[in-house]
Amino acid sequence: MTPSSNPVVAGSESTRPADARLPQTAVIDRIQPEIDGVSTYDLRLVDDQQQQAFGFLPGQFNMLYFPGAGEIAISISDDPSRRDAIAHTIRVAGNVTGCLATKRPGDTLGLRGPFGSGWPIDQCIGRDVLLVAGGVGLAPLRPVIHTLLAQRRRFGQLHLLVGARHPDLLLFADQYDQWTERGLMIHRTVDRCSGEWTGHVGVVTLLLERLKTFDPDNSVLFCCGPEVMMRFTATTALRCGVGPQRTWVSMERNMQCGVGLCGHCQFGPSFVCMDGPVYCYDQLAAYLDVEEL
Amino acid sequence: MTASSERQTEAWFLAKQDLNVLFDELHRRERTIIGPTIDQDAIVYAQIESVDDLPLGWTEEQRPGSYRLTPTGRNSYFDFTVGPQSWKTFLFPPRIVLSRAARHEAGDWRFEQPISEHPKLAFLGVRACELAAIQIQDRVFLSGPFVDTDYEMRRDDVLLIAVNCTTAAPTCFCTSMGTGPRCSTGFDLAMTELEDGFVVEVGSPDGRDLVDALQLPQATLTQQSLAEEARKQAEQEIDRSLDTSDIRELLLSNLDHPRWDDVADRCLSCTNCTMVCPTCFCVSVTEVGDLAGDKVERRRQWDSCFNGEFSYMNGGNVRNSIRSRYRQWLTHKLASWQDQFGESGCVGCGRCMTWCPVGIELTEEVAAIREEQP
Repeated sequence: MTPSSNPVVAGSESTRPADARLPQTAVIDRIQPEIDGVSTYDLRLVDDQQQQAFGFLPGQFNMLYFPGAGEIAISISDDPSRRDAIAHTIRVAGNVTGCLATKRPGDTLGLRGPFGSGWPIDQCIGRDVLLVAGGVGLAPLRPVIHTLLAQRRRFGQLHLLVGARHPDLLLFADQYDQWTERGLMIHRTVDRCSGEWTGHVGVVTLLLERLKTFDPDNSVLFCCGPEVMMRFTATTALRCGVGPQRTWVSMERNMQCGVGLCGHCQFGPSFVCMDGPVYCYDQLAAYLDVEEL
Repeated sequence: MTASSERQTEAWFLAKQDLNVLFDELHRRERTIIGPTIDQDAIVYAQIESVDDLPLGWTEEQRPGSYRLTPTGRNSYFDFTVGPQSWKTFLFPPRIVLSRAARHEAGDWRFEQPISEHPKLAFLGVRACELAAIQIQDRVFLSGPFVDTDYEMRRDDVLLIAVNCTTAAPTCFCTSMGTGPRCSTGFDLAMTELEDGFVVEVGSPDGRDLVDALQLPQATLTQQSLAEEARKQAEQEIDRSLDTSDIRELLLSNLDHPRWDDVADRCLSCTNCTMVCPTCFCVSVTEVGDLAGDKVERRRQWDSCFNGEFSYMNGGNVRNSIRSRYRQWLTHKLASWQDQFGESGCVGCGRCMTWCPVGIELTEEVAAIREEQP
């Protein structure tokens, strides 16, 4: 099957923020604990018109602002067709996320966005799709899953290869059955496990090596997780016949302005907040090998 | 181009004793004049009111790691090159308030941008390299998908009165970067200082308007010829160069060159170079709240890729070593900038070398990398 020239509607378009440096007020509607230390926050812009108009591409992020504590870049982590709220799956890790951990539904914060590049859904049309996620890396990929499943017939085989340190740390595990029913084949692996686990044990790249059903000549691979994991996934993908031009990753760097004006997020010649966070691997390969770039 | 073959260009003449008339006219137009003046033993840019504020009879002696003011013994107002500041101090100030957050009675946070009034500015004494730097920052802040609204506001309607350099410092290399020493574009007026006055060229309708308002006589051929000689003098005094051929490929394909270790042994990561550079634009945002924490200002402040925490992420600094940070600065300035903005980020003003406490010369660093190819 060759890719059609008819682009996929990725759920919605990305709306241009009115003034990219000014936050809008958002209220926490719901906090859904996921795995240990990670929760999904449903945020709703208090201006209802803005909320209804808010659109994003899978892979984009918002800057969430806690006055007095600071701002952080968080990928939007749920179905782009949702209008009621904008979901962000966040691990408590530092000062600002620590501040977030004290918030309750009804609390407000500032939101700027959406920013950045999205996963190239168009490249998936008529192809087998491999989504490779490590830990919380599944969060920026969940919008892709929703988008692909919403128009299932336009794509070939859909595989999710997900790895976590422990079975209890597999993110969104409660949704896997729904996704499988709708046509996503899910392969799990963990680093270590208890007696009840009957699945794979080992790094997520092993899942990729063991997967034999997809057509490497007509596949794309989207990968999100720790940088070292993405590099190993890309080399494994190449060994399995999926080259760097068909591999995309989501990079992370210190993001502050989100609009390419503060300089913090630079990675080689690129502003991760604008040229990324989603990159085609062949653009990055040379730079990923340079230490401390 | 010799004086005899020079095409008669339109130029005017402002007598030296009439320089204050320019100030008067700018004041009449309600312009706040920013120009060179002496402060803390350096020639800096600040608000000035009259010719008395200009550094008459002063020049600087600068070389890598050293800057001293010395008297010239001449009746010249602009007989120097560049000091520790650039015009970015006024177009892209070191500290501004980006936005304000306030908690409302209902308990929710609301956000607003400060509405500020800015005086109409006139920059007096802009050098060719600085005109190029302003144009580079115009591209950085105004030409991308997100415009920096603060820069846009400050930049709008600034009168640029340039001055052609008649001398050059050992640190200058504008000729290598194609930015000088002659002012060719981006100014309203460009003046070349002679002994008894200034030959004035017009670069815009606003400049023409000024010349008409001042009722300046046309410059004679002799005066124009003297001005050309004076400008050539500057060009001849430049003896530093940077070979820019394939510089992007050279630097980006030598990210593991041993020279980076060499410069890392000398570099203090003090950030001076980024502070004085007229094109550097890295900033950070800080939160400043009141005691109750119900009102918070977000302030944008100059930062530097040389600061250790600049690249902080997930519990560590991506660029933890001085080696990686110097490499980031140099490759961004001379190579990656081209990917991002379609031109070099360096204008050859030489400030980074003068104000480096250990006198690192980026021209020398690039030459060393070019020479020792593995």
